[in-house]
Amino acid sequence: MTSLPHPQAQPPAVVARGLTRRFGPRRALDGVDLDVPAGAFLTLFGPNGAGKTTLVKTLATLTRPSSGSLSIFGADPRHEPDAVRRRIGLVGHAGFLYDGLTGRDNLAFFAGLHDLDDMETRVEEMLGRVGLSDRADDPVRSYSRGMRQRLSIGRALINDPDLVLLDEPYTGLDQSASRKLRDILSGIRSRGGTVVMVTHHLEEGLWLSTRIGIMAAGRLCHMEEASGLSRDRLESVYRSVVDAIPS
Amino acid sequence: MKARSGSAGAGPGLMLGTLTVLVVALAIATLYGAYFYAAREKEMGDVQRIFYFHAPAGLACFLAFFVTFVCGIGYLATRKPGWDVMGHASAEIGLLFCLIVLVTGPFWARPVWGVWWTWEARLTTTLILFLIYSGYLLVRRYTDDPEQRARFAAVIGIVGFLDVPLVYWSVRFFRGHHPLVLKVSGGGGLEQSMRHVFLAGIATYFALYACLMVLRVRLGHAEVELRWLRERAIRGAHATRTPAGTHGGTS
Amino acid sequence: MTAPADAPGREALARATGGTASRPWILREARAVLRICLKDLRIEWRSLDNLPAMFFFALLVMVIFSFGFDFAAFSFQELGPGMLWVAFCFAGVLAFGHSFALERQADGLAGMMLAPIDPGSLYLGKFLANLVTMLIVEALILPLCAVLFSARIDAVFWPLGLAILVHTIGFAAVGTLFGAMTARTRRGDVLLPIMMMAISIPLLISAVRTTAAVFSDQPALKQAAGAWLTMASIFDVIFMTAAYITFEYVIEE
Repeated sequence: MTSLPHPQAQPPAVVARGLTRRFGPRRALDGVDLDVPAGAFLTLFGPNGAGKTTLVKTLATLTRPSSGSLSIFGADPRHEPDAVRRRIGLVGHAGFLYDGLTGRDNLAFFAGLHDLDDMETRVEEMLGRVGLSDRADDPVRSYSRGMRQRLSIGRALINDPDLVLLDEPYTGLDQSASRKLRDILSGIRSRGGTVVMVTHHLEEGLWLSTRIGIMAAGRLCHMEEASGLSRDRLESVYRSVVDAIPS
Repeated sequence: MKARSGSAGAGPGLMLGTLTVLVVALAIATLYGAYFYAAREKEMGDVQRIFYFHAPAGLACFLAFFVTFVCGIGYLATRKPGWDVMGHASAEIGLLFCLIVLVTGPFWARPVWGVWWTWEARLTTTLILFLIYSGYLLVRRYTDDPEQRARFAAVIGIVGFLDVPLVYWSVRFFRGHHPLVLKVSGGGGLEQSMRHVFLAGIATYFALYACLMVLRVRLGHAEVELRWLRERAIRGAHATRTPAGTHGGTS
Repeated sequence: MTAPADAPGREALARATGGTASRPWILREARAVLRICLKDLRIEWRSLDNLPAMFFFALLVMVIFSFGFDFAAFSFQELGPGMLWVAFCFAGVLAFGHSFALERQADGLAGMMLAPIDPGSLYLGKFLANLVTMLIVEALILPLCAVLFSARIDAVFWPLGLAILVHTIGFAAVGTLFGAMTARTRRGDVLLPIMMMAISIPLLISAVRTTAAVFSDQPALKQAAGAWLTMASIFDVIFMTAAYITFEYVIEE
């Protein structure tokens, strides 16, 4: 796996070797090696059950691997979980949002858990960034799918993470919400943050990525630089990888 | 199963054989001692002889749950499934010994006290332990993911055992001490011949525990292996050779 | 994020090691505990999903007891304490179940574990919220009990309060741990009361004896109350510690 030469002298965002996650005899992750340099934007594609969600959860320190090593910005989540969690944010399948609380309360809660200094300003600023300032005092129960997703993104970014992990963030978003998400993601990119995104949408995946990967059956089957990669070529590579696995 | 244990070498089979012989020998010795060797108790008469089967079962039950406690810690520390298999086996056997105590108790109480059950400290504690470790088995049954099951069982094994001294103390303080069991369990107040048989009873039950553990742990490992094989077979039915290796099939 | 693109690494590193991370660990965790507790209480305050159900269930238990046992033939001191604690226990089961059903809706346990806090702090936060919830219901039920059964609660207010507090802490400690566990099993709604009550039997005995001692004038009972309270406190400490340590293994994925 070749890594892009990077000007910043900081540890790579992700270094994973032989990551395996077993559920009984089933291997959700089967020996994944991954290098993500700081500032990169990696998009992972793959069919259902390929292990993409498990990989993202493992990078987010929510799941511990059955075997293999992982380091995030040089820190091992097993030994320094807090140091790692301070620098990552996860936008997952579940929004991690409490229906009974308002949008503002949800953000304030997570900002509080991170023990951030200027909590109130950050919360207001984030509400503005995701376009929810006017609905901030309504309970999340009353939000649409797109609004929830936006709030969830705001929650993930409240601690200014250097590594942003996204698990199928475009699902159920309408045009304007998708555009807003894209803006936020390109904002993260331009500020030097690292992004690992899992998605089904080939276009959205290609839009901002510096490199793409294809997962299948718990393994990372294909990695490629995204520059110069056309949608058609990506689709054909994807199909060939997916066809190679049975059932 | 027979073939598998045989093919694993002479070791486990020999151990089991030796243990079985030991248990049988000790049991015969204890039975003889209980009926013919031990002195006749003054107040209760021959009924008291059930003590040699009742009390050591309680001690063995305690030992079994202690082993489950240790295995719980072992599993959480190392995540090796072997600890979980052992903890599970020990809890089941401990429950069995609990049952022995709970069944022999009434058979003792009825002729002596006229009632089938007394809420005496040791009996009640055993009943509560029976409830707690039945809960252990229930939680295992109702947890689907094997790794989660092992973790939950480990926690219950630890927390349950920590409860034991508190249960015993509180029941005892609540009910007052009834002299259903002779003076003291360690045999301190027992007449010499009785003490001998009591110790023989303890040895029998501990040997029985070891014997049952060997059998049950082996069964437990076989269960784990069966599950693996079954899952693999299901996956294998869908898979052909893949470039990624032998772990075929997506799900 | 940082403006100069050439040193985000160093800046981020400084942010991670300095700033909030440099505050003493125990203060950070204590703040997290409080925030989690307040989050739960705030949700309950807004929705009032849990408290009314708990209150009415406890009331129902008392009414059933009044038909099941002859309160005319016995003094309140003989039957009342047992009835009270059965009512509190079952109300507690509702509380602990609801506490984690709420988290399941939001995948909140995972969400909170994304933050740099100890899993033990997560436990303490939930425990505190459950404790407060139980205390609120108890505070509402007791005056009602005084009315329904002509019990002189006011005369024994402070000793009763102490007895209730010490024992409710123990129930909440055990209930929070098993609430988290049984939220992820099948038939968790049934397993929770089974596991919780089996383990809490020493605490239940102590609660009833201590409460009975508060209401009685027998000196022997009152003397025993001291020993019971001590045992209950030991129970509280042992189980809170055990739960604090093992909680991370229960909520792990």
